[in-house]
Amino acid sequence: MKKYDINEKMDIREILTDLESYRPKRTNWVWREKQPTQYGPFVFQDASAPLKNYVPLPSARNLGNIDPQPDSVITTEIASGRFEDDIRRMRMAAWHGADHIMVIRTAGQSHFDGLIEGTPQGVGGIPVTRKQVRAQRKALDFIEEEVGRPINYHSYVSGVAGPDIAVMFAEEGVNGVHQDPQYNVLYRNINMIRSFVDAAESKKVLAWAGVAQIDGAHNANATARDAWKVMPELLVQHAINSKFSEKIGILPENIALSTVPPAATPAPDLKLNLPYAVALREFFSDYKMRAQMNTKYMDSSTREATVTHVLNLLISKLTSADIQSTITPDEGRNVPWHIYNIEACDTAKQAMIGMDDLLSMVELKTEGYLADKKRDIQERAVLYFEEVLEYGGYFEAVEAGMFVDSGEYPQRNADGIARQIEGGVGANTTVKRDERYFAPVTAHYGYNNTAQYDVDPANPSEAIDGCTLEKPEKIIFIDELDDTDNVYLRMDETEKYRSTPALKPEVEWLGDGTVTVDLFFPTDARTAEAAALKAGANMNLVDVEVIHKEVLHPSEGTRIQFKGKVQFDINIDELIIPDEPEIMEEDELRAFIKERPILTVAGTVGQDEHSVGIREVLDIKHGGVEKYGIKYEYLGTSVPIEKMVDAAIELNADAIMMSTIISHDDTHYKNMKKLVDYAIEKGVRDKLVIVSGGTQVTPEIAVQNGMDAGFGRGTKGIHVATAMVNSIKERGL
Amino acid sequence: MKKVIERNDDFQTRREQVKNLSDAELKARFWELAEKVVDPLLDLAKENTSASVERSILLRMGFSSIEAQAIIDGVVDRGLLKFGAGHVVYVAAKEKGIEVRQAGLELIDGAHWDLVVNYFA
Repeated sequence: MKKYDINEKMDIREILTDLESYRPKRTNWVWREKQPTQYGPFVFQDASAPLKNYVPLPSARNLGNIDPQPDSVITTEIASGRFEDDIRRMRMAAWHGADHIMVIRTAGQSHFDGLIEGTPQGVGGIPVTRKQVRAQRKALDFIEEEVGRPINYHSYVSGVAGPDIAVMFAEEGVNGVHQDPQYNVLYRNINMIRSFVDAAESKKVLAWAGVAQIDGAHNANATARDAWKVMPELLVQHAINSKFSEKIGILPENIALSTVPPAATPAPDLKLNLPYAVALREFFSDYKMRAQMNTKYMDSSTREATVTHVLNLLISKLTSADIQSTITPDEGRNVPWHIYNIEACDTAKQAMIGMDDLLSMVELKTEGYLADKKRDIQERAVLYFEEVLEYGGYFEAVEAGMFVDSGEYPQRNADGIARQIEGGVGANTTVKRDERYFAPVTAHYGYNNTAQYDVDPANPSEAIDGCTLEKPEKIIFIDELDDTDNVYLRMDETEKYRSTPALKPEVEWLGDGTVTVDLFFPTDARTAEAAALKAGANMNLVDVEVIHKEVLHPSEGTRIQFKGKVQFDINIDELIIPDEPEIMEEDELRAFIKERPILTVAGTVGQDEHSVGIREVLDIKHGGVEKYGIKYEYLGTSVPIEKMVDAAIELNADAIMMSTIISHDDTHYKNMKKLVDYAIEKGVRDKLVIVSGGTQVTPEIAVQNGMDAGFGRGTKGIHVATAMVNSIKERGL
Repeated sequence: MKKVIERNDDFQTRREQVKNLSDAELKARFWELAEKVVDPLLDLAKENTSASVERSILLRMGFSSIEAQAIIDGVVDRGLLKFGAGHVVYVAAKEKGIEVRQAGLELIDGAHWDLVVNYFA
């Protein structure tokens, strides 16, 4: 595949070219290696190696743009229905620290008896097909080189075509999967015998490929009425799948429990979730933990979801998380959008790095509530297992309705999910293997009469001179089956956004045009909602929908977020894009200022105590103007406008540097105007270079308000020094 | 068949048998019970097969998903699944002295079925 420059978008059509001959670099899962790592002035203990290319957290610009990486693998789920658009999101997520990309399947795929082929569009996920997998793996093979870290690709091995999918995944380099026959049985009503027979074959294949497996027990949280009451059962479900998998041959280090803190605020989050997390990790010390975030109590507030997720991250840091999964904060309202995948990755990274080395400072108590509650959960789990056996085993216990009961075991509300041993999708579709049964392939589970053909039982595929697992050239690649629903048709429709200067806002699909508007109406919720729809229509948006509302007061006001689609394109060629701020060579600056010394007064004006920004632009140690020989008189914060000018006159200064942070009601621009007017009144405007800066300052607007130059976010001393020197030169001062 | 019935939390009575176990003993007991639950499931999987297990074998033998399904249909219709679908193709190839892939494609076209049915009779 072509090597892209970081300034170049990936060419999706190029990725789709020559797919029939593409082979992945590896099949196995890769963990992050924990190693204390120096990032800037700090050493992080629970860290892993730096990325080659990354986008750091926003505040990193004040800390040397460092981007410390936690030691947990970080997951993000990306599946918008169009895999071709998801590829771009995968690249963005990798730059923000994701190294486990999970692809959700389209609604209904688990009941599809066989592999889906081609590239049809999906609903709530994507149809997982060989072509789609191969294209995304090919893209990820490039992306992982760009960021300098292996990226684990992941999807689901469940439903009635589990073994087919497991083989396809092993052939195509999918490194992680969800595989848990209990999920089929309880939530997909797939026959239990079929589910376990198929699961064993799937797991054998996954073991061969070194794929990491995640179980499905967390679904009990999402299904049970009171999620925190199913904790004893969760231990049982985790144990069944883990032990079943291990005995088939998956290494314990590749068996991960999908564990979710079952409760969320306003329930007492840690009090319910922490004992459970400890109980689980104590019993399952041989296995890995995939810490997922809570979705059960998720609503449409992205703020609330983020706080819940940070509390979940605290539990991960207080216990352990080999894989830290992320739920996007918008999952309570829609299939995740680009920006929220990135927010979720950043939330995990920020919280984990912020809590680095937590357990060297605090430890969990081994007596009292935590220990008692932990033991309580564990004892209930053991008693649960006893009763499963009393019923006659797993199948009989499921049939009796033991699982996903809303009571806290051994309490029973008799409302569990009961399935018939002989019922469900795919009932009576298994057959007992005959004594002569034979399968000439690698990674096959169970009885296999190789002796009848004198074939090595350790290597049955020698009978056919190797199967696809040893000889991938034997794989048959199907391209497209449906000429009315495929990636090429979808791409043709949006082609102008790839190959012409047309640009459109987007949340998930190229050219989707969706935007959100976030506003407040000083009225009650129902009126506000109706007003929002009207506001959207007046803004010329179509398909307007309220996606979030929050009462600030029953009558005083309501916050509304709505989405809608814009109906215009922007032509990039017609845009006036301001030039990057000019920078003179450091030596040239120093030489000029040595010849023509510059003295400036500086300070933060108005009722404002901020000083960090201006000090960074002044001080030599931060690369401020002092570094280039400019002398300054710092007047401090909350400096009256008049004093700035009076001080300049008194000191016979050449320049004024005014910092203005408060932007409410355009205070910053009003202050600029006021300062210039006062300088004119005093008759000194012509002699002075006057510049101002602040996080909310737009350079062009500052100039319109009489400044010689204005400076926004990210300004360095060299920008200010250059502007001063230029102004002095141009005006012959 | 026994069904779960409503029951109050009788944990305090039930825990009599486990309450004196140490944490380590409790954990050992948990895993001992887990093995007892999964062992019969493993045996079941060893002794049985399904259309999807057999399709996955045909995929590994170098057939596409569409070809694999067509072969499975023929195998199930003739009651041969219990011998293994891959086995059926293997036998056709061996008996006719042709490549495995060719044998599978010819089975899809309706050839060699009498041969394999007789072989397993």
